[in-house]
Amino acid sequence: MNAYKEKKSAKKSLLQRLQELEFALVELQLYLDTHPGDQRAVMQFNQLSRKMKQVMYMYESKYGPLLQYGHSLSPYKWVWPYTPWPWEIHY
Amino acid sequence: MWIYEKKLQIPVRVNKPNPKLAKFLIEQYGGADGELSAALRYLNQRYSMPNKRAKALLTDIGTEEMAHLEVIATLVYKLVKDATPEQMKEAGLGEYYADHDKALFYVNAAGNPWTATYIQAKGDPIADLAEDIAAEEKARATYQWLINLSDDPDVNEALKFLREREVVHSQRFREALYLVEEDYKKYKYEREEGELWETKDMFTSTEGITPEDFLR
Repeated sequence: MNAYKEKKSAKKSLLQRLQELEFALVELQLYLDTHPGDQRAVMQFNQLSRKMKQVMYMYESKYGPLLQYGHSLSPYKWVWPYTPWPWEIHY
Repeated sequence: MWIYEKKLQIPVRVNKPNPKLAKFLIEQYGGADGELSAALRYLNQRYSMPNKRAKALLTDIGTEEMAHLEVIATLVYKLVKDATPEQMKEAGLGEYYADHDKALFYVNAAGNPWTATYIQAKGDPIADLAEDIAAEEKARATYQWLINLSDDPDVNEALKFLREREVVHSQRFREALYLVEEDYKKYKYEREEGELWETKDMFTSTEGITPEDFLR
């Protein structure tokens, strides 16, 4: 594998890790909405939430901001328009 | 993907029921130039918008329109919440009440349901951005007519904020239209000067931004 391909697959696997964590959190959110008294599920939710924030920080510091309106810090320059849009990348 | 934030963009104060005003305000919920039309129009046009800055703008303004939709819904909900069926009828909302009780629904002030024919995606960036500028101006005018009709100073505070946002959106879309026109001019110049090797270069410029700039 050449260096370019290696870089690309590192980005892809970090993105996939983030998608997995966020999906688990979506599932837990829906479950907890109808089972608000499940303490173990809340603990798992908080544990995954912390993990997700770490992975998101790692991803953003390398590949640019993911969230709008100040929920992600921006580098200078303002790269938000220039990082690839979700419907443009090859998964 | 999207994330919901459980708060309004601005505080919304409504002190007394006013179904007559609610009937007018619902124009901006499910009307042609309302917030639903705006959000769906921009968030749908962005996929085929070639200019990167215009694409970001459609995403970010489209998302703000979702927040405005929630502000309008909150105003309408609070204005009808404590109204009696008799008051609803007097306000011209008898037919609405018969179908929906106090539930929110996507209709305009005259009771017509929202339709996708209110919006367009032409695939041509100049046509789409020109529509977006017109939509913002129409929404600004609608907010002005609503302020003229309203007798509630607290509701007017929210309406004035929303009117101002339409002005800002219109100005940003005008800048995006200028950027797209510049793209075309540059393309025409480079083609005439024989500097353009591939036609796809027209909109694919990263404007000097490199992956190193993504680092925080």
